[in-house]
Amino acid sequence: MRNVVAMAGKELRTYFASPVAYIVAAVFLLITGYFFTLGVINDQEATVRHFLTPGSFVLLLLSPALTMRLLAEEQKMGTLELLLTSPIRDWEVVAGKFMASLVILAAMLGLTIYYPILLYWFGNPDFGPIASGYLGLFLVGAAFLSAGLFTSSLTGNQVVAWVLGAGIVLLLWVIGGATQVVGGLFGEVIDYLSLPDHFRDFTLGVINTTDVVYFLSFMAVAFFLTIRSLETRRWR
Amino acid sequence: MIETDKLCKYYGDFVAIEDITFSVKKGEILGFLGPNAAGKTTTMRILTGYLPPSSGTARVAGYDVIDHSLEARRRIGYMPETVPLYTDMTVYDYLNFYGALRGIDRKRKEKRINTVMGLCHLRDYADTLIGKLSKGFRQRVGLAQAILHEPDVLILDEPTIGIDPRQVVETRQLIKSFGGEHTVVLSSHILPEVSMICERVVIINEGRIVAIDRPENLSERLRGSERIQLDVRGPAAEVASRLRQVKGVLEVSWEKADGNFRFVVDARLGRDLREELAGVIVHQGWGLLGLQGLGMTLEDIFLQLTTKEEV
Ligand SMILES: Nc1ncnc2c1ncn2[C@@H]1O[C@H](COP(=O)(O)OP(=O)(O)O)[C@@H](O)[C@H]1O
Ligand SMILES: [Mg+2]
Repeated sequence: MRNVVAMAGKELRTYFASPVAYIVAAVFLLITGYFFTLGVINDQEATVRHFLTPGSFVLLLLSPALTMRLLAEEQKMGTLELLLTSPIRDWEVVAGKFMASLVILAAMLGLTIYYPILLYWFGNPDFGPIASGYLGLFLVGAAFLSAGLFTSSLTGNQVVAWVLGAGIVLLLWVIGGATQVVGGLFGEVIDYLSLPDHFRDFTLGVINTTDVVYFLSFMAVAFFLTIRSLETRRWR
Repeated sequence: MIETDKLCKYYGDFVAIEDITFSVKKGEILGFLGPNAAGKTTTMRILTGYLPPSSGTARVAGYDVIDHSLEARRRIGYMPETVPLYTDMTVYDYLNFYGALRGIDRKRKEKRINTVMGLCHLRDYADTLIGKLSKGFRQRVGLAQAILHEPDVLILDEPTIGIDPRQVVETRQLIKSFGGEHTVVLSSHILPEVSMICERVVIINEGRIVAIDRPENLSERLRGSERIQLDVRGPAAEVASRLRQVKGVLEVSWEKADGNFRFVVDARLGRDLREELAGVIVHQGWGLLGLQGLGMTLEDIFLQLTTKEEV
């Protein structure tokens, strides 16, 4: 556990020392702020709902930008050699890096907290949908990060890591459409994999166990694949 | 402290190293000497647990590097070949991070970081970003990191490559001072370096061990001939042919030097031919301007070893 914390601390330092995290956060705030304002003015309704779905899509694009450096750079610079030959387990490396990216995600979502504060100031919003919405956004963002960390382990090229990371989650984002032409068991599998369907209920104030399980298992699979990918890197 | 048994590593069909068997005693400094692509880095990567061997075993401090990788890794300090570092961290943060991974407790860590920064002359650069440091200073950071946790075994892959001569001297002295307390394995393609620092040398070529011995024994063992250098004024071809007639002379070569000729005579071992050669020159009425015995350098031995291997 100490190794995980050390690893996460190192990555957080790097995040704060480089402009990437700040730019990602700025873009996220700008776009979600735009949708939030637009929604509230249009509907005259005290809800954060309007920024959640666009927000999740912005996260889809931005999360792999947060993770693309994490393992690709280590491979490109050769620092992975020293890291993997020090007494830290592969899973501790992955967990530490993932945790650091989660902290950035949480901070980014934390910065949007003034949206609900504004709502409380001027209106009387429902607490439930706000809490579930934020939980959903955090889960979906964490899932994107885990996918991005995985693709970062596959290559020494950050751009490739970003494209693959965004590509994987984009595919899960749109895959639901295939259920119109694919039926049977396969169709059901696709239906389950479809990412937006697991996110939607969170925006409506409903927390389903199946949705939470979906995102947690998504992360578990990505985590496992990342560790395997690091292992095979040694065995090549 | 280190034992390897028939280590082999294949990259696909390519044989990088084959049958590498050697051992290193506690406190010993062992040099891994070989030209480029000999397999030095591959061997070190196996010892540090970065690469698994295709076959064979290696043990560090009694722990198998595969079966008890973590235990072995705890006892190793490693400086990889090109000294990869996190360029966006300061020297202090970098050492602090590795100190944490090495499980050094907080109080001792600060002490140790201070000590190694002193040893490696890094005190003035504690808060400098590593990316801003010159190659020589990065090498020091790599070295400081490797010795931070006072490892039983220190593995240094080409520790002096690409740094300026003054720092090379310093670094060599520093490495030499690690012997006794630490067991050191270093690789190099620079012969004087290895004979200067190491107590024992493994010469490796094209993935195979060519010889293992103490530097001085190696020269002893492999000294098939002795060299004598003569500076002579006289007809070069004639001088050479006369010299060749002397018993025990194996080969004579010459080149022009300052209007005279410099002859290099390879002679069989065992008899000192200097007097006889001088006699021949003087007897013929040629001018003997200089005579000098040239011992064999490790460099020659090395060339011999590798060429023998190629045949
Ligand atoms: N990852 C790799 N894949 C394929 N060949 C490799 C790899 N690493 C090293 N080699 C080859 O193995 C041989 C030994 O390399 P190396 O151990 O780096 O030698 P040295 O460190 O003595 O220069 C070289 O011919 C090199 O090209
Ligand atoms: Mg090498």
